[in-house]
Amino acid sequence: MTKSELIQRLAERNPHLYQRDIEKIVGTIFDEISEALARGDRVELRGFGAFSIKRRDARTGRNPRTGESVDVGEKCIPFFKTGKQLRERLNTD
Amino acid sequence: MTQNTVTRAQLSEAVYQEVGLSRNESADLVETILDEISDALARGEMVKISSFGSFQVRQKGERIGRNPKTGEEVPILPRRVLVFRASHVLKNRINELQDAVDAANARAAS
Repeated sequence: MTKSELIQRLAERNPHLYQRDIEKIVGTIFDEISEALARGDRVELRGFGAFSIKRRDARTGRNPRTGESVDVGEKCIPFFKTGKQLRERLNTD
Repeated sequence: MTQNTVTRAQLSEAVYQEVGLSRNESADLVETILDEISDALARGEMVKISSFGSFQVRQKGERIGRNPKTGEEVPILPRRVLVFRASHVLKNRINELQDAVDAANARAAS
């Protein structure tokens, strides 16, 4: 399922809403989550999962093609932990 | 860094502010979106949200684990797990601030 397919399904379930409003709603939600993570906040959606950021220390990496050493700066990576309910749902039947 | 937690309440509030639906309907839509994504994943489908990331279900085989406290061997049954891969757009957005700091440090050092 892609973002546009998600929008399509929501439009079918909510015939009273304009498609452009649904697009805006979906955009707003993922934007809010991204924004929160960029601030360093955690996003917890009970039953679904939680997004957080993890810090990675600076390290010396290597260009796999040339074998040359490169300094990789400290950075943050987004992380998702599946919620209990969703994890259980993936494993029923 | 002081860390706050964003929940469904803030997401619904943002939808309410941005779109102008009622608070109730905004909250319902947030829930419907999470349900649709969960349903697709439960069907084994991959969910791709452009400029955010993708969720994928992976099948894991059985392996032998160990209870770290007792050292006892326990079988870990085959199961389906969910993996999230953030898009480059999201990764860049998260590191924007840090990159700005790094750039400033590099300028100061040279």
